[in-house]
Amino acid sequence: MDLSAINPILFVAGFLVAATPLIFAAIGELVVEKSGTLNLGVEGMMITGAICGFATAVETGSPMLGFAAAAVGGAVLSLLFVFLTQVALANQVASGLALTLFGLGLSALLGQSYVGIKPPRLPDINFGPLADIPVVGPILFTHDIILYLGIALVAATWAVLKFTRAGLILRAVGESHDAAHALGYKVVRIRTLAIMFGGACAGLGGAYISLIRVPQWTEGMTAGVGWIALALVVFASWKPWRLLLGAYLFGGITQLQLNLQGAGVAIPVEYLAMSPYLITIIVLVILSRDKSAAPACLGRTFHASS
Amino acid sequence: MIALEKRPQPSRAFSLATPVLAVIATMVFGGLLFAALGKDPLVAIKTIFWDPLFGQYAFFYRPQLLIKGAPLVLIAIGLSLGFKAGIWNIGAEGQYIMGALFGAGVGLAFYPLEAFYVFPLMVLAGALGGWIWAMIPAFLKVKFGTNEILVSLMMVYVAEQFLPSMALGLMKNPEGFGFPGSRNLQQYPSAFNADLIEGSGMHWGVVAAMVAVILAYVLLTKHRLGFAIRVTGEAPRAARFSGVNPTRLVLFCLGMSGLLAGLAGMFEVSGPAGQVTIDFNVGYGFTAIIVAFLGRLHPVGILLAGLLMALTYIGGDIAQSNLGLPAAAIQVFQGMLLFFLLALDVLTNYRLRFGRSEVA
Repeated sequence: MDLSAINPILFVAGFLVAATPLIFAAIGELVVEKSGTLNLGVEGMMITGAICGFATAVETGSPMLGFAAAAVGGAVLSLLFVFLTQVALANQVASGLALTLFGLGLSALLGQSYVGIKPPRLPDINFGPLADIPVVGPILFTHDIILYLGIALVAATWAVLKFTRAGLILRAVGESHDAAHALGYKVVRIRTLAIMFGGACAGLGGAYISLIRVPQWTEGMTAGVGWIALALVVFASWKPWRLLLGAYLFGGITQLQLNLQGAGVAIPVEYLAMSPYLITIIVLVILSRDKSAAPACLGRTFHASS
Repeated sequence: MIALEKRPQPSRAFSLATPVLAVIATMVFGGLLFAALGKDPLVAIKTIFWDPLFGQYAFFYRPQLLIKGAPLVLIAIGLSLGFKAGIWNIGAEGQYIMGALFGAGVGLAFYPLEAFYVFPLMVLAGALGGWIWAMIPAFLKVKFGTNEILVSLMMVYVAEQFLPSMALGLMKNPEGFGFPGSRNLQQYPSAFNADLIEGSGMHWGVVAAMVAVILAYVLLTKHRLGFAIRVTGEAPRAARFSGVNPTRLVLFCLGMSGLLAGLAGMFEVSGPAGQVTIDFNVGYGFTAIIVAFLGRLHPVGILLAGLLMALTYIGGDIAQSNLGLPAAAIQVFQGMLLFFLLALDVLTNYRLRFGRSEVA
């Protein structure tokens, strides 16, 4: 074992990358849950986004088009969830599971001919001299645009939820759909938009895994990141900045266990690979006591007649 | 405009009809999917649903129906108890793996001793393995209020890491010439979960599944605990007033579903699968979620749904080898089934009103 093989600068730069898929998926789900809907289909939307983005990037040669396609793919899949929960008024837990099972199958089907291909690379942004600053440069200024977009998205979500009328309406729908309905807001329409936003974000997160983090396509490659994102929203008590912090914590753990695997630590690979999931559970245990931050209507079905 | 009007009582007729309608809708849209993949949809549907039962080689496939159906029914029965009460165990896949590892572990520990008590001990160990794995989310839920959906699912990923570490490490066959995987329990008579009637596919897991169906039926219709489960799901507040203890209910429902999933894994590893391998699990734990809903969370319904889902697995295999239909297409097909079921279920609780909706 040789811990000096782990370069701290590359490690930090690496965990910023590892956290990005989580940031996208979790911030999308945060908005969905703020509107009062619990979508457990994040994993399914992520993996669908991963293959849509991958296939489009390979076919067109443009990673940016790939990301656009991933967002569209995730949003389109989320429409299934919209139909089930907002139109057919089905149970949200069951519908989310259906979305995940369906998405996993669909992505495997779409991805058959893309196994073993290398996608086109998205170049890092050229920050010029900034990237040459020792320590800070390689950590902060050697990434692709999508990574920065993720951070910007968190900031934007925070600002919209806190300072704008649209954010207020979204939160009102999540806290009391009946009151919001009585005030004349279109509950179903607002939730539909929120769910589609969540789908697009999950799709982007998935594509970040298949196009940048890994980068290749394998079946079921999201490996539970979508579920960790769901846990992250609880961890963050539905607050965007805490969500960013949590994503970096999980990204750090993921990156650390990968680096430890590489450094040949005496712990078997399988036990290292378990660690992100176990830590998710531990974090959930520590933070589950306080549920007061959860939107009051989370998971409840809305029907205008009642 | 089409408007929905809540029925005062859920419709019994639609409650029975929606699974059938969902299967038909899935066949239609699945057929379209197969057509899009360049296969003749009618041939594909016939291959999946007809050939395993009545085709030329049906004698070979019929026993498979029991072999594939038994774990699905066992797991789904357990899940349905929790789902009825709004307790969501979605980690059956992990409990299935742990049941198999515990069961096989006991069997391998006794090797090569031949004794009547080896197999019963394996059954107990398998049940225990699944139970322990499900009690982790159950305990955390009752003690700390942790979300059981997320924890039970995280435990699947943990179990999926245990599996290779066992198959390549502790349980690896010492006489296996370096190949991954354990000894084959099919060649160890005391541990082998053989067909009770040669060639029928009827192994102890099938018996266990039948017993589970009957016991679940009795529990839900005749026992106080079954009443507590149903009341908690339909009216949680009323349940609290009528003295239902939610803590005990969580422990029972999660524990029971874990136990049954563990049994399913144990019967599989000691019978049809034979050995612990790195890719031993094939997703029964997740498919069982579809089975539970398709069977309307009713024991008899689950039995029928389990057999139907087993049919799609077998038919899917045939379609894969004969028509070149990709395995993932069957996965999509199964996912569609749950989707249509949930969508059509609206008809059970709501009435469709056509025409202009009035302004309230």
